[in-house]
Amino acid sequence: MKAYWHKCLLCLLLLTPLAATANAEPTVIVIKASKFLFQPAKIELKKGQTVILEFTSSDRLHGFSLPDFALQADIEPGKTTRISFTPDKAGTFVFRCSVFCGDGHEDMAGEIVVKDS
Amino acid sequence: MNPLIDRRKFLQLASLGGGAAFMSGLGFEVLAADRLSAGVAAEDFYFVQLSDTHWGFKGPDKNPDAAGTLQKAVAAVNALDKQPDFVVFTGDLTHTTDDAQERRRRMSEFKAIVSELKVKQIKFIPGEHDASLDKGEAYQAYFGDLHYSFNHKGIHFIALDNVSDPAAQLGLAQLDWLKADLQALAANTPIVVLTHRPLFDLYAKWDWTTRDGQQAIDLLMAFENVAVFYGHIHQEHHHVTGHIVHHAAKSLIFPLPAPGSVPKRAPIPWNPAKPYNGLGFRNIEAYPWKNYRLDEKAIISGETL
Ligand SMILES: [Cu+2]
Ligand SMILES: [Zn+2]
Repeated sequence: MKAYWHKCLLCLLLLTPLAATANAEPTVIVIKASKFLFQPAKIELKKGQTVILEFTSSDRLHGFSLPDFALQADIEPGKTTRISFTPDKAGTFVFRCSVFCGDGHEDMAGEIVVKDS
Repeated sequence: MNPLIDRRKFLQLASLGGGAAFMSGLGFEVLAADRLSAGVAAEDFYFVQLSDTHWGFKGPDKNPDAAGTLQKAVAAVNALDKQPDFVVFTGDLTHTTDDAQERRRRMSEFKAIVSELKVKQIKFIPGEHDASLDKGEAYQAYFGDLHYSFNHKGIHFIALDNVSDPAAQLGLAQLDWLKADLQALAANTPIVVLTHRPLFDLYAKWDWTTRDGQQAIDLLMAFENVAVFYGHIHQEHHHVTGHIVHHAAKSLIFPLPAPGSVPKRAPIPWNPAKPYNGLGFRNIEAYPWKNYRLDEKAIISGETL
């Protein structure tokens, strides 16, 4: 029980900085990974604007790799993985699953379109 | 014809700017040309690299002879004038399946087919299709260790596994093992690395890389003579990082496009006018000065060109 309250306290401490900057709170973009696709597979962002990419997996371990921005994350089922992302260049960039997940793995990809703001 | 040296063909390739095929960074062309006229030294040998056979793959538009190409490759190797010292399969022996039983069935069929090779020294390397979904469990039962090393006629061979971790990395344990394996060697020991995925960042957008491959390259850099033979990208490719050469082999199921040449990394469809186009294997000839001559062999309706 004591450990539980400790954890809650820790959560509050971690959340504080986010709450303090409520005005500029970045948009959360929810991306669902499953065999063998990302939903959505096309994401539009604005250059220079920070977003939070939030990943979940509905079946097994997948990965997210966006090589043009050296972004890499493992997406574990039953867990929410968040990464903060501020695109610093405009264009269309491919992301793909970076954890071999089966026969459709090679096709598990999407794109991020970054527009000049 | 001596399969080790076809002087006319060799000179032809060399004069055509065969630098790609003979790339060593050590002036191999000059040395080789001199050496050729002097004949073959006793310790010359060659081995054969076959790759990405994807046994169990089905896709008639990509390879209508998916159930017969491997056997044709085996027959082609058996038909070589002089048999190689050994044969190596650099991964994706089988095509992936979620069904653990089917995986084992494919592995046992693959093993039965390649047991028809005249040469009995066969080395296996896992590909992600073989080993990623069960972390190499079935693979090890059929083909043995995921990584290992051995010596052959003065060359130290190292088989690296960058696939049994589905995140495509060698991992700290294997890197430690590699470090220890290299420790015993003199800096001038020629080293051949056999692996499935490129150790360097060939094309990250298509995931043609190994996450921690650079760490292996860093360890190997201390050695004067290192060549890496790998598969995975289903095409011939040659690259140099520092003084280390990297040679990718063709597949024996379907070819893939050149890195970044098309928007999508999709198999190149079967061309009925040119069956087996882009498929093949290679003879790797090792010379006493430890450079390698690659002789690419095509599959032409069961015969080699
Ligand atoms: Cu393959
Ligand atoms: Zn592969």
